[in-house]
Amino acid sequence: MAHELFDAFTQLFSMDPDVVNALRTSFSVSLSAILIAGIIAFPLGLLFGLAEFRGRRFIDIILNTLLFLPTVVVGLLGYMLLTRDGPLGQYHLLFTPAAIVFGQVILALPIILTMVSNSIRASDPRIIPTALSLGVGKLRAYIVLLGEIRGLILLTLLAAFARVISEIGASTMLGGNILGKTRTITTSISVLASQGETSKALALGVVLLFLVFAINIAVYAATHRSKT
Amino acid sequence: MLITAVFLQTTLCSLASAQSSTGGASSPVSIKLVTCINDSGLLDRILPEFTSETGIQVDVISAGTGRALELAKAGDVDVVLVHDPDLERQFIADGYGLARYYVAQNEYAIVGPVDDPAHIASASNVMDAFRAIMDSESTFISRGDNSAINIRELEIWGELDATPSGSWYIQSGSPTLGAMLTMTNEMEAYTLTDTGTFRSMEDNLDIVILYPESSPSGESMLLNIYSIVSLNPDLHPDLRQDEVDALIEWITGPEGQNRISDFQMNGHVLYTVNPDGYADASTQAIGN
Repeated sequence: MAHELFDAFTQLFSMDPDVVNALRTSFSVSLSAILIAGIIAFPLGLLFGLAEFRGRRFIDIILNTLLFLPTVVVGLLGYMLLTRDGPLGQYHLLFTPAAIVFGQVILALPIILTMVSNSIRASDPRIIPTALSLGVGKLRAYIVLLGEIRGLILLTLLAAFARVISEIGASTMLGGNILGKTRTITTSISVLASQGETSKALALGVVLLFLVFAINIAVYAATHRSKT
Repeated sequence: MLITAVFLQTTLCSLASAQSSTGGASSPVSIKLVTCINDSGLLDRILPEFTSETGIQVDVISAGTGRALELAKAGDVDVVLVHDPDLERQFIADGYGLARYYVAQNEYAIVGPVDDPAHIASASNVMDAFRAIMDSESTFISRGDNSAINIRELEIWGELDATPSGSWYIQSGSPTLGAMLTMTNEMEAYTLTDTGTFRSMEDNLDIVILYPESSPSGESMLLNIYSIVSLNPDLHPDLRQDEVDALIEWITGPEGQNRISDFQMNGHVLYTVNPDGYADASTQAIGN
């Protein structure tokens, strides 16, 4: 087994173009999804974290429930929306990387929303009044607030990224697992495993973890530098 | 939520336009082919040649025959390559498909553990072999997923007038035939496979072909024919008809057919090409 795994790694690092493509697809798709989900969820999470209104707890519970959305359900819903006769069928996104992004945005939204709003509620309530009293505008005050909780925000983005880059249900159903186009790391692993290529499949899993490990080091370094 | 919807809408628009702009003159046109032949590696090997000759990229999506035809009905793909003649004819009769063309063939076979506890190797036909598995209650894995292999398996039980049930009969729902063979191997069970996919991954498996003893057996119940089916453009106006016709012409023409019969994996020829006797559209000209 160890020997086979070693062989699998040497094969991987001779940089099989299919592996490189899968890595590229996985990272570009998941980073785009986090970017889009972030742009949608940050303002909403900020609003939701600061506002006091009736029914907020109910929305909390709904959002927490959505954290448990099975990825295949997202795949299924995404398929129903993106299929040619579906409501978004006119854009011809099904079986393209954009379709995977679509599914992963749905997966990432509740994570970012809940974590941002909870971080804001847990933050010091004096931050905004203080900022306003110093004469900055309202928008600036919000940015100051987000700056104060930037460590938690990075953690939020990491959690969302972890959820989407490791998922396979939505990627398979929406992307179609097309070699060189929508085949991601996780769908490659599943193809290899189903063909009995266990060592290669495992090696690919290790590569994914290794890259994510590198990202974590970078994030750690960034947060710790900014604190000193 | 409305804001989200509007935002998604705009984002999707820009994504879609980004996609179509990258699909301009410089990069190749692509068509979507949904197929269940994919696990053997045949298409990965032969389609790049088609692409380099014609500039048409073929995006291959794997799905069992049942799901493949559903995707085609919904208009989510441009062309289908499957292996269940009855379903294909029904698909055309229902108006979803235009015509079906012969691509390749191999045989179904029963694979299982080398020691063959049900003694199917000496069976006189595939029905006998199935009966031996049932009578000895040897573990048999069914795909239970409306794939062509699953349908053929049920037809064989039907010929026997038998309804397999009991703890020996496992309905796995494996997503691909490859996954199914790996599972069969792990459980030292029997299953029905096509010889091509099995040969392509034989090196990773301990199970062997037990019935028929030598292939091709010529048994009609084991014949496995792959056809490419064109879709009705009236139902899907944005179908890439010209590119689909080019693909069908190539894969059913001498070039494609030679490549298919030359294709080998682990020293085995996986598919043979013999369209004689293929009824339907084999003689119909393409692109008329």
